[in-house]
Formats: sequence, C-alpha cells, structure tokens
Amino acid sequence: MEKFTKLTGVAAPLPILNIDTDMIIPKQFLKTIKRTGLGKNLFEEMRYTGDGKENPDFVLNRPAYRKASILVTGANFGCGSSREHAPWALADFGIRCVIAASFADIFYSNCFKNGILPIRLDQADVDKLMDDAQRGANAVVSIDLDKQEITGPDGGCIRFDIDPFRKHCLLNGLDDIGLTLQKQPKIEDFESRRKLEQPWL
Amino acid sequence: MAKARTLFDKIWDAHLVDVQEDGTCLLYIDRHLIHEVTSPQAFEGLRTTGRPVRHPGSTLLVADHNVPTTDRSKGIENEESRIQVQALEDNARHFGLEYLAMDDIRQGIVHIVGPEQGFTLPGTTIVCGDSHTSTHGAFGALAFGIGTSEVEHVLATQTLVQRPAKNMLVRVDGALPEGVTAKDLVLAIIGRLGTAGGTGYVIEYAGEAIRKLSVEGRMTVCNMTIEAGARAGLIAPDEATFDYVRGRPKAPKGAAWEAALAYWRTLKTDDGAHFDAEVVIDAAGLVPMVTWGTSPEDVLPITAVVPDPAAIQDPAKRAAVERSLAYMGLVPGTPLEQVKVDTVFIGSCTNGRIEDLRAAAKVLEGRKVVADVRVLVVPGSGLVKEQAEQEGLDKIFLAAGAEWREPGCSMCLAMNADKLAEGERSASTSNRNFEGRQGRGGRTHLVSPTMAAAAAVTGHLTDVRKLV
Repeated sequence: MEKFTKLTGVAAPLPILNIDTDMIIPKQFLKTIKRTGLGKNLFEEMRYTGDGKENPDFVLNRPAYRKASILVTGANFGCGSSREHAPWALADFGIRCVIAASFADIFYSNCFKNGILPIRLDQADVDKLMDDAQRGANAVVSIDLDKQEITGPDGGCIRFDIDPFRKHCLLNGLDDIGLTLQKQPKIEDFESRRKLEQPWL
Repeated sequence: MAKARTLFDKIWDAHLVDVQEDGTCLLYIDRHLIHEVTSPQAFEGLRTTGRPVRHPGSTLLVADHNVPTTDRSKGIENEESRIQVQALEDNARHFGLEYLAMDDIRQGIVHIVGPEQGFTLPGTTIVCGDSHTSTHGAFGALAFGIGTSEVEHVLATQTLVQRPAKNMLVRVDGALPEGVTAKDLVLAIIGRLGTAGGTGYVIEYAGEAIRKLSVEGRMTVCNMTIEAGARAGLIAPDEATFDYVRGRPKAPKGAAWEAALAYWRTLKTDDGAHFDAEVVIDAAGLVPMVTWGTSPEDVLPITAVVPDPAAIQDPAKRAAVERSLAYMGLVPGTPLEQVKVDTVFIGSCTNGRIEDLRAAAKVLEGRKVVADVRVLVVPGSGLVKEQAEQEGLDKIFLAAGAEWREPGCSMCLAMNADKLAEGERSASTSNRNFEGRQGRGGRTHLVSPTMAAAAAVTGHLTDVRKLV
C-alpha cells in the first residue's frame, strides 16, 4: 500500500451532506474486476450530464480543482454500500485525503486500506476549511499525518485525531494481511479451542 | 460476579483472537459470504501473493447482483456482468470453495441464501463484502459488511482487524397495529435515528414488538440497520429463531444440534448491562411509512405531505432537502398519497422472502395493476420462487398484471438490466432511495411489500390500510 506521510495540494469543496457511495461511484462501474481506472467515473452523475459531457459547474470540472488531492465535504460522507470502489475511484482520481465532520464506518475503514487519509473534524473546523477551499487554485492545504496537523492557505493550523494503529499503518504503508499472518499461532489456538467448544461450526 | 454484558459484548468476547496494547482487536470470523461484485480484486490479491484461503469450509459463494431475472437459458447478455460472474465461478474452482451456480435452485440474494441454507447461525460472526450483511443479525449473529480489502483479509486469515463498536438498544414496546409491517417499523426507526445516528454502534433490537416479529420480519429490520449508519443490528435468538434454523441443510444435526442449542440459549443481554445509547419506540403509534427524499432518513407516514424546506432552520439541512425535492420532482405540501408511480418493485434482500411475497399477493389477489404501471416481482432465491409457485402466488401476480421473475438483486441497485429510466418513479420494497440508485435520474420511494402492492393497483402511493 502507498504510504501517507505529508500531502500538500488543492482542496476541493463539496458541501453536500450524506454523500453516499452510489454518488461516489455508481453501480455500472462496479462490474470491473480491477482496482484501477475508476477515477474518470468518480462522482459520475454529478460530474457528467446524461449525454456524457462534463458538467462545467461541478467542482472537479472547474480549472482550479481538476488536480485537487484533498476533498472537504459534508457530514456522513461515504454512507450506504460497502463498495471499496469508492476509495478506489477517489485514489485513482488523485484524492488522497477527505475531510468531513463524520464518515460512514465501512467507507472510513476502506480508506485506510487504500492509502487515503479520512480526517474527522468539528463542523466549525470543516466550515473554516470549506471557506478556504472556495478560493480555487489558492486553496492549497498541507496535511502532516505524523504531527496530525492541517495547515490552511493562511498558515492557520488545525489538529486532528486518528487511531494510533491506523496512523502507524498509513505512515508505513503496511499491509494488514502480512501483519495478521504474524499472529498465526494465536489464530491456530483459537481454532483448536473453537473446535472443542463449538464443534458444530 | 461477572460484569453484566450485552449480547454484542458476548459475541465479541467469544471471537477475540488477540487484543493489542492500543485496543485494536483481531476478531475471528465464522462465516464468510461472497458475491461477484466485491470479491474479484480480493481473489486477485490472493493469487498475486500466493496465499490460500484459510478455511474453505467457512466460505459460501453465490452470484446475485449481475444475474438476469428474465430467461437465463442464454446466460448473461452484458459482457462485463458475464465476466464478473465467470470470475466468481473460476475463483470458486481455483480455491476449492462452494459455489451456488445460476442454474442451482439454491441460488439467490446472498443474504437470503445464507439463512435459508442454515449457513447463518446464532452466536457466529458473519461477514460479506456487502453492507446489507447486517440482515443476519436477526439470528443473534454479529454480522456486518466489509470492503474488498477486508474480504481478502478474511479469506487469507479467517480474521478481521477491528475495534469494538458502542452498544445501542432500540426497544420497541407494544404491538404493531394492523397493516403496519417490519418494513414500516425499520423505516420509522431510521427516521428517528437519522442516516448517521447509528454510526459507530451495533444496535440491539428488543421489546415486545420485536419478539412478536417472525424471523423473516426480524431480517427486514436488521437488514436496514445499515441505513441508520450502524454496521450491525442484533436480535437475541429465541424459540422462533431455533425453529427457523432447525433442519436447514447446513444447520447442526443430532447431538451437535442439542449442544448448539444449549449455547444459543445463553445468547442474550444480561440484566443491568450497559448501553451507550437507548431509544424507545411505541409500536402502537406507527403507521405505514414511505420515503419522500434521497436518503432513507427522509421518511414520513403515508398520511403526511411532502415537507417544506423553508421550515428548516439549519442551512445545510435545508439545502439537502431542497436538493432531494428537486431530484424527486416533488412540490412541498403535496399529500404523499397523490404521488403517482410508474414502476413497482417487490423483492431485494430487504423484502424478497416468502412472507413478503405472500403479503403482496394478498393485496393483489382479485385486483388489477393500473395500466402503464410496470410491476416486477423478484423472489429472493430459487427456493423462495419454488415455494411461492407451490402456493400459487405466481398465478396471483401474473393475473394481476405483474411480472414474475427469476431471483436476484434486480432493481434494488439496477446492476443488471432491471432499472428505472430518467425521471421514472418507483414504489420499491428495497432499501435505498439514493440518487441514481435504481437508474440514473430514477426516483425511488421505499415502502413495504403491501404498500408496494397497493401502489400497483392504484397507480399512486397509497395507504394500504384502505384496501384491506
């Protein structure tokens, strides 16, 4: 997995509540058997008109935000379906950090498996960054995961919280499965015990 | 004395393989359901790293999202869909896993197949790369949806890295009035909690109204728990649960059944156990519900009118309601009963079981679907379809003018050919009314199976209590 240490980039504002994973990547793109290539369909139905043309009003189609790497958005981002195609599409587009007051659980967890940092902040801090993000190409924001700090375009600094284990994995680009397989003896112990206690399983 | 624990705490504790110093847990997974959409990349990961599936016997594969619900003799027409289903079949063979093929009568929606086969058992941990895995919580199993990376993790290790959830109790006192179903109840609960109200929680449902629900009704309630943001819903197993499980193909038999039963009877929340949040709902006050917006929390009694955003103080919420109403093409103040529909969908992992079909058929019997309204009845599995046909329900649906289809997810998410056209409006027994969910520009009103049937015969959203 790609490491996440520091990120400096344009932050795009998307002030909509409850953006669900169907909006992030609609079902017709879930037929892929690959993880890559979904970036062009990120936010498909908001980003393109019915005839496939770009909707010029959508934030990621505006010149200043076409290369945005940070998304500042409404609460409960990523609700609905468990599809990991949502973070795959974000990552493939180039979004490495999403900032919101809250995230849906499965989406939040999926981000960490794909080198994306989801940051939960108080709504007042999200509002401040949303204002910053409205400045177009000047909406450059820096994220330092190690220090757990966001620096806005005016140099203002916002601290954020993150689970220490998830931070450790993201900073080092660690593969969960590899880590878990180191605990194989414990898994084997559990299975032996389960066989005795719940032989019907 | 041991500390009083919730049902969630008990199942959680019984599956802990390891707890790190920072509190991160390694949780053992007893049952893994897999469908074609969220698994190809996970299997690809195993192939790339040369890792085997740790417990093939704990894993069950079935294709449901992409399968056609019309004539299947020619296979799947859409190439991408066909490739995805083929990949599932290839992965089953390559890794030695049980796969229920499209022509197997046991094929169906993964969350209907699991319980039907007795793969879903009380006290187990169950995962699937699908958010509606919460359905299985109806059996007192800790069941939740996961992403594809986690699917790969479970395949390789039979465990998941997790943090414990918080406990929420939703107690539903009293009895549901006539004409009010499990679907109306869960829609009312979602309306009360909000779409993010359950985030970070596992919800245990309890109280008289929950006890009185059939096991299938409990599945409907647990199924939509994710729509309130909680990953899992739980209902303590009781005699109804055990009766449902007994004799299922994969359920324990003989002495193993007796041993299992003794354990399952301990699966309940202790008196005095702590819940981080508690919500009490009076069942007697509920009426049939319908969604008006583009989030499952946008729900009102059928007797209500379309809400007016001008009355909302919070600017972000007002903007959200304005956006929803524009998408849905609804005018504030319109009685919901006056909203006309083009399509009725009866099916899905929420409402595609035999009791759902019986309830819909009862409303449709001796009535006709209104001209120009398309009605799709899609059973949740081949076995549900067979049962319905044995009971003659298919004939009732066909005589009323509805279509009787093959099993699958169908128009719940419109990944196959069953979808709404731009601007079309449905009354749907599925679980999500998101923008574009049933087809780009499609407008979804979530309802119960009886309410869907009522809309089919009147052509507009209708209080089914007027028809029975």
